[in-house]
Amino acid sequence: MSSVTLNNIVKRFGNFTAVHRSSLDIAEGAFVTLLGPSGCGKTTNLRMIAGLLDPTEGEILIGGKRVNDVPIHKRNLGLVFQNYALFPHKTVAENVAFGLKYRDVAKSDIPAKVEAALDLVQLPDVGHRYPKELSGGQQQRIALARAIVIEPDVLLLDEPLSALDANLREDMRVELKRIQARIGVTTVFVTHDQSEALAMSDQIVVMSAGRVEQVGAPEDVYNTPASEFVANFLGASNILEAKCTGTRADGDVTLEAPIFGQMTVPAAKAPRVEGAGPAKLVVRAEKLLLSKEKAAEGVVSVPATVETVDYQGQAVRYFVRAGETQLQAINMIDGHPFAEGSQINLHLRPQDCAALPGE
Amino acid sequence: MGWNAIRIWTVLVYGFMFLPVAVVVLLSFNANQFGSFPMSGVSLRWFEELWHNDAVMRAFRTSIVLGLMTAVISTTLGILASLALVRYNVPGRNTITTLLIAPILVPEVVLAVALLLFLNWLGIGKSFALLLAGHVIFTLPFVILVVQARLVSIKRDVEEAALSLGANPVQTFFSVTLPLMLPAVAAGALFAFTISFDDITGTLFWKPGGVETVPTQIFSMLRNSISPEINALGTVMIIMTVGLPLLGAAVARKLAMKSGT
Repeated sequence: MSSVTLNNIVKRFGNFTAVHRSSLDIAEGAFVTLLGPSGCGKTTNLRMIAGLLDPTEGEILIGGKRVNDVPIHKRNLGLVFQNYALFPHKTVAENVAFGLKYRDVAKSDIPAKVEAALDLVQLPDVGHRYPKELSGGQQQRIALARAIVIEPDVLLLDEPLSALDANLREDMRVELKRIQARIGVTTVFVTHDQSEALAMSDQIVVMSAGRVEQVGAPEDVYNTPASEFVANFLGASNILEAKCTGTRADGDVTLEAPIFGQMTVPAAKAPRVEGAGPAKLVVRAEKLLLSKEKAAEGVVSVPATVETVDYQGQAVRYFVRAGETQLQAINMIDGHPFAEGSQINLHLRPQDCAALPGE
Repeated sequence: MGWNAIRIWTVLVYGFMFLPVAVVVLLSFNANQFGSFPMSGVSLRWFEELWHNDAVMRAFRTSIVLGLMTAVISTTLGILASLALVRYNVPGRNTITTLLIAPILVPEVVLAVALLLFLNWLGIGKSFALLLAGHVIFTLPFVILVVQARLVSIKRDVEEAALSLGANPVQTFFSVTLPLMLPAVAAGALFAFTISFDDITGTLFWKPGGVETVPTQIFSMLRNSISPEINALGTVMIIMTVGLPLLGAAVARKLAMKSGT
């Protein structure tokens, strides 16, 4: 178990910069997710930590020690790939035992360790089988067992759930988190799936186009996005060009926004807005409620028309029009959704909004 | 009507190709001194005579030693070249691949003469080493083609997994990459052996005086007389050059089934 530090890391491939100068501190034992769309540099970062790529500039520290010049096989890392990468010519037990052969482990201790690892991933009876005889989910568990049996300093997971079916993916998510919590290994998890990131991480590092957009706990990143990109990448948001009219004594920010008019956003949700000037109001699609009723005290209410209804079972995604502006709303429902063309009221609590500085 | 014509035509073509071979095999078991039908009896007499023919046995030993050495050297070089070309970003990789494959495309006579002239120019005479070098040059493309195709299909992340688990690059090669390549390596080695064992054109140019391989031995025996021994020798050649690859393919299939790749 060790901390991981990236210090002013830059990675260029020829003329293309995959990772712009960025720094990152990953605490010992933390579960940190690198989240972003494909091509954002998250896998490049992971591969640099692993030692599969050399950073062009900057240094990488594992457990406080610079590892730039340490080759991958001496870094003591557990690596899990999207496509499992099990050795097809070895049995499951041989796969799991592979890393132990290169460590100071007495030959007689290996079977017990392999068995313990297979127990941990809840596949105790498959040691004699070959990988191809197992399902995708089982193979990924074996890959995980193989990576953790060597007691790595850092566990690196490169989209490990992406190749699995939707249902299995959610089970594995819980399972992976359980195992990680149990052994407490520092974990770096790469994914493009925001729900995986939100569900599993202690910290999320949102990346875009080779840059770190935001680092924070899942709730922070979700509730207080640091940029328009983060607001849109994690869930759906409406971003309205607004004007900040001032900061109150308690730090809360007052905005003059289109459609909703005067809004007061709590200081905690507008940390980057500095005084009067252009600003952006971030309205999460889930916070915008459609209703036929009148709004309660302290809730802003504006009339709107339902344009498109995207029924998803327990939730509905509406596209509504208020004046000239189209907004997106995701509401939980029981019963029937509003029909297209209905006249409704949009309810929004100002404290549910976040604010970003304008351009 | 149309289909029947095609069927008959196909049978005729195959007959034209394989009947002579069948006749050779059949006559090699003929008891009679003169190779003609009807056969007067079945016997292994010509095989026995082959066994006692020193020149033939020497040629056999030469061919087998040459074939084995060619196979070992070609396979080793082929694996190394394939690894470099597939796994590393070698500058001019396409050009190098083309050059390595070129000996297949160049007529063998041209290749044979060119190598001979080149070595003459360097002042190096004919030798067994030259013969071996020649055989390596024109078996190498086959090994590279087979091994490279296999290597491309072995995912890099399996090797990366081995590295991450603590195996150094050499250990990774021997414990993961090579076992996964094995069917192709075996096929490449068999190709190299049989092609070398079979070859006559290049061998005629390169062999030093007094050294004969089985094909050149047959060739020189034919110049004197058509002895029934030649039929027996032909049969042995056929068994080796057809049987070995078939056996190899069966073994490779079995290996592949076990590892599921």
